[in-house]
Amino acid sequence: MKTELAKKYLRLEKLPTLWCSGCGHGLILSSLLRALYLLNIEKDKVAMVSGIGCSGRTPGYVDVHTLHTTHGRAIPFATGIKLMKPEFYVLAVMGDGDCAAIGGNHFIHAARRNIDITAIVYNNGIYGMTGGQVSPTTPYGAYASTAPYGQLEEPFDIVELALGAGATFVARSSIDEIPKLDRLIADGIKHKGFSVIDVITICPITFGRRNKLGEDPMMNLRWVQDITVPMKKAKDMSKEELKGKWITGIFRDEDKPNLIDLYLELNKKLKHSMVDESSKEGVEDVRRQDET
Amino acid sequence: MGQRKLISGNHAIAEAAIRAGCRFFAGYPITPSSEIAERLAELLPQYDGIFIQMEDEIASMGAIIGASLTGKKALTATSGPGFSLKQENLGFAIMGEIPVVIVNVQRGGPSTGLPTFPGQQDLMQVRWGRHGDQEIIALVPDSIQESYEFTIKAFNLAEQYRTPVILLTDEVISQMKEQIEIPDDVEIIDREFPSVPPEEYYPFDGSKGLVPPLAPYGEGYRYHITGLAHDKTGFPSSNPKVVREQLERKLNKIRKNRDEIVDVEEFLLEDAEYAIFALGSMARVAKQVTLDLREEGIPIGLLRPLTLWPFCDKELINYAKKLKHIFVVEMNFGQIVGEVERYAGKYTKVDWYGRADGRLIPPREIKDFIKERIHEN
Ligand code: SF4
Repeated sequence: MKTELAKKYLRLEKLPTLWCSGCGHGLILSSLLRALYLLNIEKDKVAMVSGIGCSGRTPGYVDVHTLHTTHGRAIPFATGIKLMKPEFYVLAVMGDGDCAAIGGNHFIHAARRNIDITAIVYNNGIYGMTGGQVSPTTPYGAYASTAPYGQLEEPFDIVELALGAGATFVARSSIDEIPKLDRLIADGIKHKGFSVIDVITICPITFGRRNKLGEDPMMNLRWVQDITVPMKKAKDMSKEELKGKWITGIFRDEDKPNLIDLYLELNKKLKHSMVDESSKEGVEDVRRQDET
Repeated sequence: MGQRKLISGNHAIAEAAIRAGCRFFAGYPITPSSEIAERLAELLPQYDGIFIQMEDEIASMGAIIGASLTGKKALTATSGPGFSLKQENLGFAIMGEIPVVIVNVQRGGPSTGLPTFPGQQDLMQVRWGRHGDQEIIALVPDSIQESYEFTIKAFNLAEQYRTPVILLTDEVISQMKEQIEIPDDVEIIDREFPSVPPEEYYPFDGSKGLVPPLAPYGEGYRYHITGLAHDKTGFPSSNPKVVREQLERKLNKIRKNRDEIVDVEEFLLEDAEYAIFALGSMARVAKQVTLDLREEGIPIGLLRPLTLWPFCDKELINYAKKLKHIFVVEMNFGQIVGEVERYAGKYTKVDWYGRADGRLIPPREIKDFIKERIHEN
């Protein structure tokens, strides 16, 4: 399956990736590819859109319609594509800064309008590409180049944000549970509506080094194991015990009318009423319409 | 003969957009442009199109770029403050060579300025508002008739040159109603489809011409677009030769076609010794001034750019060589006069009159200014 999958979905000539060795991003990319493969999705029906940062380079490696946009803006571009290509699977891959800082407004509004886009957040709690500045998901107290004395702010919980804003599929996973992540991404892609998969990952180079984890990916992975708690286990833990932990699992999987279907329905309805009216000229030509 | 219709500038733009084949609009409410969105919210769903009000101006600009990549014509409309926000993704559309049309209904600035009054203070924002080197096409109508016609032209130019095009109007033209004649036939230009199979397709390949075709999504052409400097395949490159060549091609596709793009109105210039240089709603006032001064025996004409950018340098120089004096009149504190001086200054005297207080400059003031200057010389 591996080579078949790689041949099918990767732009092999673009490898190796530009990610540092030990970076978690490659694991998320491979999960993503397996999800597409699991669902047997036609490449011509996929658009993958990203913003800026290390995560932003993901689409370049995937042989679908790929768009590497401006910082934080993956979702608006994806929205335009999805609205005009309802049959497409549209994926927005974002970093935590991309999604929750500069792109936060787009993120919550996409959730509110329940547009059928799958948002995958590479959440490593740091701005890796620019050298390790604090992000909106940097843990309280962690060190970063712009928090040399430790982060004084509380992090955003991307799952809570998505739930509060109305996303209809919301899950969190990590690079420590890869087979599960494949399925979660596949579920998100299948889901009709705005799906969010918050993936806790690592940046050994700019986060690990500053936070006593070093560049060793295993040390960093252990940190991920330490800060993530499966939903089932979390049920028996106190608030105190859950402080600083990210709960993983599916938080919401809800069937609700999504924007595309509602729009297509409206278009159909209007078309019918227009056909009725067309006997008395209709809208075939806007020139003939009286101004309203 | 076309049908006659009494219509506002903003509604004319909305209806012309449908006529041009626009099937997607994303916008954000802002005075004095909102009626364009409102009209399209009503019209687009009737034409199998999509209207969406986004969460902000930045998102609207992103959404129309996404929509355009699917092969459909897309529009957004705003005013100065919103245009400032659109600059980021407008830069992306220029870099990615993605056809879109942006209407900027100018109001008084800076900042929130004068939402319900006109201004001509975005002339340079349109030209240079983004970082980096680039060419931009901007059309400036001075009437509702032209608002209709230039909207169609804006879509045509966007598709033909694979580039964003700005339609620059102002509060006066957008809100006013005029009787217009809707032409029976209009020329509609659609995007060129690649002539090569997907394996041989590169979205930025300039070897066959300055404007490589842009394949619509979903037709077997899977390619990459990035805001990073890139090679012909669309993938990032920092090779100086590649970067320079790509950027030069993007500039040249407009520079080398400027004769096709640039248009001016030459009003009573044939025998003129003097000329007013004015655009948009100020040109309407200037036209009256020209007629009044002619009545008084002053041989004056009006040169009005219909295309603000690229600038009508050649046309201007042509007249500058024959004229004694050019008077630039604009509703700002001196923007386009810099360009006029740059090209005409070598050949003739250039004087400027303008202000920005939300009011059209009355003909009387302009007349007095011109007569005074003629007298002084
Ligand atoms: S800087 Fe960090 S996030 Fe970026 S590629 Fe390197 S390890 Fe990964």
